[in-house]
Amino acid sequence: MTSSEKILAVSHLKISYDSIQAVDDISFEVGKGEIVTLIGANGAGKSSILRAISGLIPYTGRITYSGKDLNNIAADQIVAAGIAHVPEGRGIFGNLTVMENLKLATWQRKDKDQIKKDFENVFSLFPRLKERRNQQGGMLSGGEQQMLAFGRALMTDAPMLLLDEPSMGLSPVLVRDIFKIIQDINQAGKTILLVEQNANMSLHIAQRGYVLETGRIVLAGTGKELKGNPRVKEAYLGG
Amino acid sequence: MSNSSDTSYSALIERWHMLTGTRLFRAVVMIAGIAFCIAVDTFDFVDLYLQLILIYVGINIILTVSLNLINGYMGEFSVGHAGFMAVGAYIASILTVHVFPPNAQNLLFPLAILAGGMAAALVGFLVAIPSFKTRGDYLAIVTLAFGMIVKSILENIDAVGGPRGLLGMEKLTTLPWVFFWTALSVWVIRNLVYSNFGRGVLSIREDEIASDLMSVNTRQVKIIAFVVSSFFAGIAGGLFAHALQFINPRMFDILKSTDILIMVYLGGIASIGGSILGAVIYTILLEILRPLGIWRMVLMPLMLVLLMIYRPRGIMGMKEIRMFVPLRDFVTEKLWRQKKKEAGDASA
Repeated sequence: MTSSEKILAVSHLKISYDSIQAVDDISFEVGKGEIVTLIGANGAGKSSILRAISGLIPYTGRITYSGKDLNNIAADQIVAAGIAHVPEGRGIFGNLTVMENLKLATWQRKDKDQIKKDFENVFSLFPRLKERRNQQGGMLSGGEQQMLAFGRALMTDAPMLLLDEPSMGLSPVLVRDIFKIIQDINQAGKTILLVEQNANMSLHIAQRGYVLETGRIVLAGTGKELKGNPRVKEAYLGG
Repeated sequence: MSNSSDTSYSALIERWHMLTGTRLFRAVVMIAGIAFCIAVDTFDFVDLYLQLILIYVGINIILTVSLNLINGYMGEFSVGHAGFMAVGAYIASILTVHVFPPNAQNLLFPLAILAGGMAAALVGFLVAIPSFKTRGDYLAIVTLAFGMIVKSILENIDAVGGPRGLLGMEKLTTLPWVFFWTALSVWVIRNLVYSNFGRGVLSIREDEIASDLMSVNTRQVKIIAFVVSSFFAGIAGGLFAHALQFINPRMFDILKSTDILIMVYLGGIASIGGSILGAVIYTILLEILRPLGIWRMVLMPLMLVLLMIYRPRGIMGMKEIRMFVPLRDFVTEKLWRQKKKEAGDASA
């Protein structure tokens, strides 16, 4: 555990779909300003954990954010509390324009001046979105859609981002760009919980990581330690 | 040669769009409409039967536009619109027949219609609360049951005539009033759809979970949209009751709801212009085909099947008549198309 103050704490989290135990007694913490990654194979329960944090699925156990218990809080209120979730598949509204997509993310915000600044901020981070601001979200390329999904998460003004497979379906060059952007966003002060199949890249940028196997945490450590771990090497980094 | 005529044609369309998009044009349409309605009402130069059809057209536009907010823009599936219509019809009729003094009927008529709308909105709120508690297709089942419940309740209250129905209403629904309420419902729903709230409604159709994750309070949005929709169904019910001067519970059964659904999908989902078109075409077609007798009920579904095969999104599905699109949305879309064209030209 790093010395920074913890902002998200998950303890004894259990998630089951009907009779299948997807996540079995998992506990971990994320410190303020950290990038923490959860890696693991398909079906290890990574996405389920993010969905539980965002209030999309029921669970048992305790999830607290800044000391606040998130159980029984509606998904939209969790965003207002400070956690923005970029879902797997990005969840872009295809028939709304880029601008409308971004505006929706400010639904519960009242600070008009800050919203204006955040728009400028997002557009300077993603000049491509500015060019295409009047285009429909569904017309964007995969990489642009991922940028829009990040942009929307930033427009919620939440200090913590949950990123679910941001590199999925992108070309290798774009994958590198996306991870660079994640680092930039982190450096700008956002805490990030990153779920990835691309273990190599995510362990490279993360301060700490957890390895999940069939709903359990089997390894934990700093990004560097995990990258050097023979078991991780064999299973996730291709030997 | 053909090229130049093409450009002049598109320039003409362009100018037509610019013209119909102006505030002035909308004002002219409104004034012309209301003037025509008042003229017809006072001078009686139009056949009474035609007048009644015009009234039905207006009522059906209100029903279609309001249902389109739920089934088209929000992407939920409500099949109980006639139930809310019944609530509005009965409340407004009870007020004019039993409560309001007979000599002030004309004056208090708008109040009766408004009360019918409010009652329907309240009932809509009560239906919306359990329906939107969970995600999924519960709304269709709940509204289906709701329609049946309303009909059964009305059939078992003797004070409103039970299955025999309620009569004694004066013919208070005049063409100017229908025009007023139709214009109001179109105006309110059009403004709602193009507001920030409207983006929230659209986002629910697009991807409800993503909408939640973008901090949109989806449950609240759904309930508000449903209440607005029910309100206008109630308004239409009140107008309907005072046009026909007789109502019974059977008029508001599932078949009536189906009629409204047909008008929505005929005109096209998520389109106000389409809803108006759908209501006009369906209402007039039903009258034109009246001589066919029972064969009408064969021909109409057949036409619907053909429509669904060749135009599955309806006549104007997801498109809008220029008149209803705010200028800023129109300009941004035009700029975008122009840019795309330039980029295409450059690459070619």
